[in-house]
Amino acid sequence: MSDVFASPKDVSRGLEGQSYLSNESIASVVYLAAKLGKPVLVEGPAGTGKTELAKAVASMAGARLIRLQCYEGLDESKALYEWNYKKQLLRIQAQNIAEAEGAEVTWKDIEDDIFSEEFLLERPLLQAIRSEDQVVLLIDEVDRVEIETEALLLEILSEYQVSIPELGTVTASQVPMVFLTSNNMRELSEALKRRCLFLYVDYPELEREKEIIKAKVEGVTDELADQVGRIVRTLRELDLKKHPSVSETLDWARALVLTGIATIDPETAKATLNLLLKYKSDIEKASKELTLSA
Amino acid sequence: MLDLLAGFVSQLRRSGIDISLTESLDAARAIEHMDLGDRESFKYALAATLVKDHSHSGAFDTVFDIYFASSAYDPAGDIAGELSELDADQGTQAGSASLGQDSGMNAGQGGNGQSLSPEELIEMIYKALLMDDQEWQRQLTRLAVTAFAGIEKGRPVGGVYYVFRTLRNLNLEALTERLVDARINSKKGEVSGLQAKLISDDVKAKIDAFKKEIESEVRRRLVADRGPEAMAKTLRKPLPEDIDFMHANREELASLKRAIQPLSRKLAVKLARKRRHKKRGPLDFRKTVRHSLSYGGVPAELKFKSPRASKPEIVVLADISGSVASFARFTLQMVHTLGTQFSKVRSFVFVDGVDEVTSLIDGSDDIGEAIYRVNTEADVVWVDGHSDYGHVFETFWEKWGKEITPKTSVIVLGDARNNYHASGAWALGEISRKARHLYWLDPETRSYWDTGDSIIGEYAVHCAGVFECRNLRQLEKFVEQLA
Ligand SMILES: Nc1ncnc2c1ncn2[C@@H]1O[C@H](COP(=O)(O)OP(=O)(O)OP(=O)(O)O)[C@@H](O)[C@H]1O
Ligand SMILES: [Mg+2]
Repeated sequence: MSDVFASPKDVSRGLEGQSYLSNESIASVVYLAAKLGKPVLVEGPAGTGKTELAKAVASMAGARLIRLQCYEGLDESKALYEWNYKKQLLRIQAQNIAEAEGAEVTWKDIEDDIFSEEFLLERPLLQAIRSEDQVVLLIDEVDRVEIETEALLLEILSEYQVSIPELGTVTASQVPMVFLTSNNMRELSEALKRRCLFLYVDYPELEREKEIIKAKVEGVTDELADQVGRIVRTLRELDLKKHPSVSETLDWARALVLTGIATIDPETAKATLNLLLKYKSDIEKASKELTLSA
Repeated sequence: MLDLLAGFVSQLRRSGIDISLTESLDAARAIEHMDLGDRESFKYALAATLVKDHSHSGAFDTVFDIYFASSAYDPAGDIAGELSELDADQGTQAGSASLGQDSGMNAGQGGNGQSLSPEELIEMIYKALLMDDQEWQRQLTRLAVTAFAGIEKGRPVGGVYYVFRTLRNLNLEALTERLVDARINSKKGEVSGLQAKLISDDVKAKIDAFKKEIESEVRRRLVADRGPEAMAKTLRKPLPEDIDFMHANREELASLKRAIQPLSRKLAVKLARKRRHKKRGPLDFRKTVRHSLSYGGVPAELKFKSPRASKPEIVVLADISGSVASFARFTLQMVHTLGTQFSKVRSFVFVDGVDEVTSLIDGSDDIGEAIYRVNTEADVVWVDGHSDYGHVFETFWEKWGKEITPKTSVIVLGDARNNYHASGAWALGEISRKARHLYWLDPETRSYWDTGDSIIGEYAVHCAGVFECRNLRQLEKFVEQLA
């Protein structure tokens, strides 16, 4: 994909066209990833648009998004490929029946047969490698997988090829753009980090958050977006257990618009704070700091 | 450019950031694609290829400013021109040609601000901030540093000193107050507490940004004077994981506080996984048979029972006096955050008396905060508030000794500086005999051990291990092998 974007500015405009508001850091790294053909490791607090970024890049580039959602226990058979053994067993059984009826087939024939394309279950990584068209591969929440699976990912991201013993080596016809996201639950291996470009996506600055609100919340006025943005910024400065994420900000703004609120007075804020903050102690602390409880 | 990049990379390495050869080659490749005139995106290209840990980004920013601002910075910038434009735009009477000679470094000596008095300069800054005019602010930053920092060529002081001088003269607190008042007064009608808070946060954000501008301006001038190498050296800050617990300043303590929680959480995940993946348990016959039914009775998939892993029981005994207090807090915080990785954690703190604080910590939903409260709420001073390990070990053995079992790992935290009291090592010996393991973590540099009133050697004979534990890196390593 090395020539899809002309400059970081171009990336930024393209993303905006997908209602994704980037900043210079995001735009530069996406641009570079396309130029260098390197995967991007995206890290940052929850709900800051890490997953959304990969989606927006895919639709901007007109590429298909292939997503590998990671979880603990994810292994090769779910990430890469698997032989469909149920089908294979049935095939063998069918063979037994055929033989009982006098047909003559060697084991070699069966083996060739059951390890063919028809019995292969493609998982996201293999799909991405074998894809003929442009794809963006999203490996979401990579910090959840075990070290062994991480090693497998690394291998694939270095070579963009896999060898399947029964079928031979499969090489990607084009290097896909790859995004890995992480919530920093676990330290990723040095080797994986070395392989990737690193992008930290923090909570957006005030102006950008306002733009995000305006892009994503229908019917919001400039004034309301501004107020929401400012209150959220103030909350993120407080020492809370969990700060409001962008998605929570959007939920809040939507709720305010739905209830026909044009400006946020202390009463409104107090009544709706639970949309932004999830812990009771956080809500109490915030009400005090914002002097909502008169 | 490649030379500059090489210097930059080695400077980053010197501040403790690990950069491999591939990564520095990646950086070189990356900048070929970037427009060098666009300083920001150039910076992000370098950051993305060289720094893969967000907690290192502060160190990166500093070094970047030093290396790549210097070449771009033009100290003979046309301040006079800027000023006359400014005058025209803003209608102020303050500017004058005398400021035109005022180019960067010569500020200190040159006839600066003869007609623009400090008060007038501050007034202009106030207006620029009020009007949120960033360009004007940038120009004023340069004037402010020229007028107030009093930079002397070649003098090897750190930039902090000049920043401090500038800020003191600007009196930002007063400026903040004025700005807040002005903004509140400009509102019609009554201003709610909420509005006032938002206004004040907004002003604070602007003032902070202005402060940052001052810092980089000072840095730019110093780099122009002394070159990047020397500057990087004076400005080098340790990474959070390398900050010395015992000698951390306020800013460093804050960054330790930020680092400890995510670090502990990651460690917990790692330990939990390690435990789960400790081999598999014995074959689960019933489950295997049950699964074989779906393969026509062939046990195609073997099922195993999960392994039983034992979790250690931990007793922490922490000196929380003076200089070792922050070490104790961070260690306690880490151990308690890892709580579920141990079958039980009990914590005791001491100075010359000893007290259990387990419930104080566990009962709180904010461990960090609870640990900071331990100091005031635990009853740990017996006579004079100077550490008395001997008395503490004897009291502990007497009161809690019977609760130590062969499953307990006891960890003592402290510098073993006993203020020349009796060592009470016999009691530690008893504790050690009853416990599974006794470890000691000493936050002092190893070369200071057993000097002065440190009697770590005397205690060490009873310990299964004594470890130097000066920073998070060492602490993490110890805790990891413990669980
Ligand atoms: N820069 C942005 N522009 C537009 N929308 C955004 C932006 N950032 C976040 N959002 C919105 O915020 C929501 C959360 O984003 P997303 O799920 O991508 O977050 P995430 O970082 O992947 O979170 P998590 O760490 O929880 O997986 C989405 O609905 C997305 O539309
Ligand atoms: Mg996500």
